[in-house]
Amino acid sequence: MSAPEPAAIRTRGLRRVYGDTVAVHGLDLTVAEGEKFGFLGPNGAGKSTTISMLSTLLRPSAGRAEVAGADVAHRPDEVRRRIGVVFQEPTADRELTGWQNLYFHARLHGMPQREVRSQARSLLDMMGLADRSEAPVGTYSGGMQRRLEVARALMHRPRVLFLDEPTTGLDPQSRAQVWQKLHELGRQDAVTVFLTTHYLEEAENCDRIAVMDHGRLVAQGTPQALKSAIGADVVHLRTGDDENTVRSIRERFGLDAETTPDGVRVRTADGARWVPRLCAHLATGVTSVAVTRPSLDDVFLHHTGRSLRNP
Amino acid sequence: MLKPTAERPGRLTARPPGRRASELAALRALVRRETTRLIASPAQTGLTLLNPLLYFVVLGTGLSAMVGSASGTGDYMMYVYPGILMMAVQMPALNAGMSIVRDRETGLLRAVLVAPVRRDTFLVGKCLGSTATATAQSGLLLAFAGLAGLPYDPLLLLALLGELALVAFTLTAFVTLAAVRITRIETFQSALGVTMLPLFFLSGAMFSVEGLPVWLAALTLVNPLTYAVDALRQTVAGAAPGGVLPTGPDWGGWEPPLLVELLVMCVLGLAALALAARRFSRAA
Repeated sequence: MSAPEPAAIRTRGLRRVYGDTVAVHGLDLTVAEGEKFGFLGPNGAGKSTTISMLSTLLRPSAGRAEVAGADVAHRPDEVRRRIGVVFQEPTADRELTGWQNLYFHARLHGMPQREVRSQARSLLDMMGLADRSEAPVGTYSGGMQRRLEVARALMHRPRVLFLDEPTTGLDPQSRAQVWQKLHELGRQDAVTVFLTTHYLEEAENCDRIAVMDHGRLVAQGTPQALKSAIGADVVHLRTGDDENTVRSIRERFGLDAETTPDGVRVRTADGARWVPRLCAHLATGVTSVAVTRPSLDDVFLHHTGRSLRNP
Repeated sequence: MLKPTAERPGRLTARPPGRRASELAALRALVRRETTRLIASPAQTGLTLLNPLLYFVVLGTGLSAMVGSASGTGDYMMYVYPGILMMAVQMPALNAGMSIVRDRETGLLRAVLVAPVRRDTFLVGKCLGSTATATAQSGLLLAFAGLAGLPYDPLLLLALLGELALVAFTLTAFVTLAAVRITRIETFQSALGVTMLPLFFLSGAMFSVEGLPVWLAALTLVNPLTYAVDALRQTVAGAAPGGVLPTGPDWGGWEPPLLVELLVMCVLGLAALALAARRFSRAA
């Protein structure tokens, strides 16, 4: 009983209940192969519970989920062979070296000895850890540990990589580094990446995102589509004569413009493309321009009534 | 093909052919991970051995002088040596249980549980690996056999090492069983602390349990450590130049011979491990 078109992850009515609390309400989700899919939501939205169910560590209370072609409840071992997981909390063995961590992981996944070494070497190389592979993980920085965990999760060549809050607790530089590696990964292999995050910037890096709140999916789509769905860009202009500017923008371009204490505000789709035309044709002299696009936070605010930045 | 068995209820669907081989490979990896960890932290090993060594050298010599002058029979250093060896097994066995509880609490365990390996394989691997490290650590104390007045006879040392391995297995299995049932590290620590010390004292490790009141004596008979200490002591006494064998556990007038004692430990250990594995497989 396989799906009509290939999907890396497909859930139908996936639900998890803890006592009286419903952590995940009937989730319907389809993630295509090779996609980088982000699961955005505040802490406690049910993101980790979902990842636990998809990675077979938690039995769904109801509904079903297929990951990499196998049902998580009925064929968990097949799912486990085809997925890699990076957990939210650090899970590398601090007493062992980076190489030893990769080695034992690979052997637990039944990888033949002869393949382990070459695969470990190329992953350590890719993650920029080659020169520290013989040092105990306890001596690694937070970012290095994270990159090692990503390498470890990739050792057995999974088809789907789960990352639960991959950069929480890392400094901005380490975060950027982890992301750089994730991007390289996307270019090289057709591995599907499913990650949860409560960082808006990280969600921007994904091909498609789903916004989750209180255990429910409130929106999904590409970051672009989600943002354009809730509204247009805003172009801020500073000019010598705001009143005349507004009038000529309305008359000449038919755009929605208004004066504000900070200058002129123009609402339009594709704001950046209007900037050269506005500057060229306005006689009143533009002294400064800024284009603001709706952020994912606006998306989140729109769908949940709350902001992710200032909950 | 695999037939349905009692240990594998409902686990028959779509098992690929190399299943047993991959579980065995995983088991080997789990055992090797423990031994690798031991080699990676020699300081920890040294510290773990410090305690039994202190008991042996300080308490042993001190009491030896006192006991010797009071009763004039036997050598206390030799008497207490098996108890010291067992003490050296106890500590790493406890640490094994502690690491299971801690790994579960911190989420580290999930990284292992997400591998395509049966949960009972994980537990057995962890237990066997810890048995190996506990044996190796306590085996280092065999270097001090001379202090107990024992000859460095390879056969004797080998026999003691073999017995230590069995003791290590039984103890680790019991500690693992406790670790599977107790989820909080604080509870685990106090529960094991409360049980281990009396069991140790009631095993005849430091003093003979002959003079104990009946109810306490009954307790010594169900104490696995009693058989561990007595087995080691029988071996020690057999090899000592003029060794006097102290009385061991008494089953209604019959003192079980060495092999029966080893068997008792083996059975107890296997039973504890089986229970632990069953319980661990069911926890979701």
